[in-house]
Amino acid sequence: MNSQIDTIRGAEPLTLVFAFCGGLVLLFLIAPLAGMVLGSPFATLAETAADPEVRDSIWLTLWTSMAATLLLSVAAIPFAYLLARRSFPLKGLVSAIIDLPIVVPHSAAGIAILGFVSSKSVVGGAAERIGIHFVGGAPGIMAAMAFVSLPFLINAARDGFAAVPERFEKAALNLGASPARVFATVSVPLAWRSILSGLVLMWARGLSEFGAVAVVAYHPIVTPVLIYERFGAFGLKYARPVAALFLGVCLVFFLVIRLLARRPDHATR
Amino acid sequence: MLRVEHLRVRAGDFSLRDVSFTVEDGAYFVLLGASGAGKTVLLEALAGLAPVREGRILLHGADITRARIRHRGFGLVYQDRALFPHLTVRRNIAYGLHARRMPRALVRDRVEELARETGTRELLRRYPATLSGGEAQRVALARALATQPQCLLLDEPLSALDAHARGEMRALLRAIHRGGRTILHVTHDYEEALSLATQVGVIEDGTIRQTGPPGEVFRHPRSEFVARFVGIRNIIEGRLETPAEDRAGEALFVSNGLSFHTLTDAPPGPGLLLVRSEDVTLSLTRPESSARNCFPGTIREIVPARLGVEVYVDAGVEIAALVTPGSVERIGLREGLAVWVSFKAGAARFIGE
Repeated sequence: MNSQIDTIRGAEPLTLVFAFCGGLVLLFLIAPLAGMVLGSPFATLAETAADPEVRDSIWLTLWTSMAATLLLSVAAIPFAYLLARRSFPLKGLVSAIIDLPIVVPHSAAGIAILGFVSSKSVVGGAAERIGIHFVGGAPGIMAAMAFVSLPFLINAARDGFAAVPERFEKAALNLGASPARVFATVSVPLAWRSILSGLVLMWARGLSEFGAVAVVAYHPIVTPVLIYERFGAFGLKYARPVAALFLGVCLVFFLVIRLLARRPDHATR
Repeated sequence: MLRVEHLRVRAGDFSLRDVSFTVEDGAYFVLLGASGAGKTVLLEALAGLAPVREGRILLHGADITRARIRHRGFGLVYQDRALFPHLTVRRNIAYGLHARRMPRALVRDRVEELARETGTRELLRRYPATLSGGEAQRVALARALATQPQCLLLDEPLSALDAHARGEMRALLRAIHRGGRTILHVTHDYEEALSLATQVGVIEDGTIRQTGPPGEVFRHPRSEFVARFVGIRNIIEGRLETPAEDRAGEALFVSNGLSFHTLTDAPPGPGLLLVRSEDVTLSLTRPESSARNCFPGTIREIVPARLGVEVYVDAGVEIAALVTPGSVERIGLREGLAVWVSFKAGAARFIGE
């Protein structure tokens, strides 16, 4: 730390200009969030936390995003491994398709998913017959969240797998392990940090989704939709405590997951 | 017996073509080749980790070219060891045993036994990142031996080790070999080949140029590449004696009744003395110079080389000297002529067994 301070202290003017730019960017990011939290008195926050509608929506948002992340990860992580390790025809096109949800406007993504899972579609109709209601239900929320957040998991996991030297996998195969065992005991553990980072990103991105979720399943209401609804109906004063509370809960969950998943770094031990 | 017939492999930038050689049971086969000659690809192809385009691999007569990796009977040790960084040494060694679903109690016993054999008992709780090069190499060997492979495949096992660790590793490899294990070892270092091999092969541009006992390949290279690669004409078998007194590393090496002076810090014992032919001087009378090794002999053969002329002198042991055609004319060198051969103690390199 000291050496970094010294570096900046003795830095050339250009570095100081860049550091000033960095300060402006950080201020731009922190100031609105800080303003939101500081603009919500504790009493108002406590009152908001006691509101069953707010509590239900925060809980719904947390678990649907978590469930969407975990469900999709079962297929997305092996797929990311395939993308990292094998070449196949149209791989470039497949990679572009994976990134598509990042560039598609989220309300448009919601419309696309609605068409896919509505009771009139093949998939939606089949799901309804076995009792799964996408439109206006938690499965619909999960589908919308997963659609927009999946690229974050796949890209992070793919980069993680690509960074694992293939020799480790070859050594494990040579020792008699099956490819599935090599994947589970060598590839995934060695790419774990990137995979975890992708899971957290996907989960966080799902939590914050508004556009696609509002189109597919406005009710039951998730917190981003609730914030928008309260803002539209009652104004900033009533939307801000919900937003501040949601931000706090997300930060706590984010930190807890990071702490729980922290593993010893054997490379530096 | 491992038999490789007309193997053709392509993997990444490397390709092997028409590679054929045989490794007898219990042999220590060292395959010599420069970096990029395809040595690692060859080991991976044998182990089933690189696709074979053409040719056959036979182990004890059975065609294993397309056999599943786990049924091939090869234990591969990579140059960088490829120890799993997230597992302890114990779990690294046990990996292949768990993969083969060996009961836990047996795994524990087997790991203890291997750790004893390879001197890694003190390391079992540690992680690979904390091991020295020599320790990591021992663990990698233990891990490869755990599944009791019929043949060990070693990729540059002594490179990146300091002199002390190299000595220990050589001793361990000899002990493993004495235990009856067939070993195929690839390297770019001819000293490794001479100190360990019972058979050597030389690989260039993805194909094998020559195979045979080390003495034969080194003394009688069949192609210019092999000659240039092995580079040493004079390989003298004998024994390093304890120096009478400490004279800054000067020691006596005795072979066939002749005593050679050499500079070494190796302990006394059997081994080889290596002298490059370009370091040997010929003269008609005993030279008055600082060279500690001077022997009278008779010219047995004069052979033109790519650069210069090689003169083979029988001085009790055969010694080759590389001279210019001008020198041959000036001194009048011819077969049957009595000459003196001389070279400095510093030009004679001892390799212990």
